[in-house]
Amino acid sequence: MQRLAGKARFKLVSWFVSWLGFGPLRPGAGICLKVSPMRLTAVELHCHRGGRDVFTGVSFAVGAGEALTVTGRNGAGKSSLLRTIAGLLRSAQGRLTLDGGDPELSIGEQAHYLGHQDAIKPSLTVVENLQFWADFFGAPSSDIREALAEVGLDMLAALPAAYLSAGQRRRLSIARLIAVKRPLWLLDEPTSGLDVAAQSRLTDLMRGHLAGGGLIAAATHGPIGLDTTLELRLDQTAPSRVPAGASA
Amino acid sequence: MNLSDLANPSRFLQLANNTIPWLSGVTVLAFAFGIDQAMIAPDDYQQGATVKIMFLHVPSAWLGMLGWGVMTVAALGTLVWRHPLADVTAKAAAPIGAAFTLLCLVTGSLWGRPEWGTYWVWDARLTSELVLLLLYLGVIALWRTVDDPSRAARAAAILTLVGAIDLPIIKFSVDWWNTLHQGASVFRLGGSTIYPTILIPLFVMAGAFTLLFATLLLAAMRNEILRRRVRTLHLLQAGAAS
Amino acid sequence: MSALAAILVRDMRIAVRVGGGALMGVLFFLVVVTLTPFAVGPDLALLKRIGPAILWLAALLASLLALDRLFANDHDDGSLDLILMGRAPLELVVAMKGLAHWLTTGLPLVIAAPLIGLFLNIDAAAEGALVLTLLVGTPALTFIGLIGAAIAVTLRRGGLLLAVIVLPLTVPVLIFGVAAANAAVVGPVPFGTPFTILCALTLASLVVGPFAAAAVLRQEIE
Repeated sequence: MQRLAGKARFKLVSWFVSWLGFGPLRPGAGICLKVSPMRLTAVELHCHRGGRDVFTGVSFAVGAGEALTVTGRNGAGKSSLLRTIAGLLRSAQGRLTLDGGDPELSIGEQAHYLGHQDAIKPSLTVVENLQFWADFFGAPSSDIREALAEVGLDMLAALPAAYLSAGQRRRLSIARLIAVKRPLWLLDEPTSGLDVAAQSRLTDLMRGHLAGGGLIAAATHGPIGLDTTLELRLDQTAPSRVPAGASA
Repeated sequence: MNLSDLANPSRFLQLANNTIPWLSGVTVLAFAFGIDQAMIAPDDYQQGATVKIMFLHVPSAWLGMLGWGVMTVAALGTLVWRHPLADVTAKAAAPIGAAFTLLCLVTGSLWGRPEWGTYWVWDARLTSELVLLLLYLGVIALWRTVDDPSRAARAAAILTLVGAIDLPIIKFSVDWWNTLHQGASVFRLGGSTIYPTILIPLFVMAGAFTLLFATLLLAAMRNEILRRRVRTLHLLQAGAAS
Repeated sequence: MSALAAILVRDMRIAVRVGGGALMGVLFFLVVVTLTPFAVGPDLALLKRIGPAILWLAALLASLLALDRLFANDHDDGSLDLILMGRAPLELVVAMKGLAHWLTTGLPLVIAAPLIGLFLNIDAAAEGALVLTLLVGTPALTFIGLIGAAIAVTLRRGGLLLAVIVLPLTVPVLIFGVAAANAAVVGPVPFGTPFTILCALTLASLVVGPFAAAAVLRQEIE
């Protein structure tokens, strides 16, 4: 509780300082992938929601270029774990650190979260939706057309987002990950709603991200097409870490 | 060309494209004639030239009510006869009728200021006309809020039918209540009480206004059909792109 | 475009494109004013006396309309999660959403008020004062309403709860707004006294509203 309030206050103050023109923090600058290798470490994370312990004592470590798949039955807490890493949920105890990242920013501010919902406004056009997130996260506008082309939506750029199918909406969300560069990707069942072609495109994107030194944590029921992943199985009784050498 | 042609949107577009040019020409001529007649009509012995606001005020009141009448028939067309162009008519007629009603209220208010000493008074005729404007705006808001036009059509049709109760209230308000607004002087049992030198220009202007309504209605219906085609094309485009 | 400008522009675009646009609030305003003579009678002298109060009440209710979905939409489609993961402080994002709401709901009311005041037979001097008080007071209504809108996020039928929470908080604004509008016409209190207090209330709400709303939103994300 204390840590988060402190962070929020810090964010507000540093925003004003930089808005006034002083200080080294420029909130508009997009963050590039750091040269020094990053490492996401979690120690003894707990999640308590709705009166029950969703998971307890979860620990893992993911390095640059590595992907963590989080598996488990429905209700095991996969989404909650990703949201905890993103900073949207607080862990009652334990520690979460991102080494090699920007010390001034929280983990969530250096991560992308691709959840079940698509964060798309139906009354805005495809390109307006993406442009908004690019502006909000401080990414240059030049990347937007490119990002739309990579997910195959560039022909529909001027179309109101209300006309998109579920798969096309998902791809528009994925375009956000391409347009705004952030080192850590938190993906909650990323392949759901995508057809085979789109799934393989997503796998290529993930590979490219890992090759550039990024990190991925993905909650999934099945394989996501990456060659080497660390697997974290969450189940009700005893969560344990199972480092897998090669599991497809 | 028979009535069934009107049911087909493409044929209707063709009809509209052919009709609108000459219809607008006739409208302009009718207005020219009507304004000329209104200019040479005599002044009122009390009000002076102010009375000539009547040549705008009365026809726009009539047209405002006619607009709702057209929407009512279109509503029946949507609900009862399932005519394909009925909801297009209703949607197109609403803003035009609302504009005429607004014109009626504004011209009446400007006329009332020198006559009654106030821009507005809450008597039965004015209030029911204002309620008609609110009904119009409500139906227009309904059309704009619901995305799918065919779903909005049924809701708007029912609202139109319910709102039609206001039309007889407006007409007979000056008889049923004690109002500041003058009583019926044109359409009443026992004939009109207005002298022909004013009555004739009034009818000419009313005719011109009606032609204007018809022209605008056809143009608005054409626009609405084209708008729906664009929407369909958008849907096809989204569906075609994989 | 900076992050905060992006929020402002996006919210204004959505407000204008969806649900009848900015004029819905004005239409509601007009409807409420039209209902008044049905309730209190058409006596013009009475309407002139209570006119400013009626317009203030109508403006208050009309402002409340769009607040219901202000944060709920972002919460439901996952935008709120992403906003929390951005670098812009949540308090400022909330303030921008409040500004967008006022520009698309409150400001049209202020512009429409003189015309609608004609229906209530308000004279010119009173109208000037009334418009000024509405111009200063409607932002306060929006920013206080942000708190209720944040609370109503996770509720399905938040509409009435929102009204019940927000309306009592807006009572001081209402009191001084109407007092200032009347003072310009009736006296003996000069217009400036309640008006400056109204300004102070608005300035306070510009700060308290976003901070409180942001705190509530952070709780609700959990």
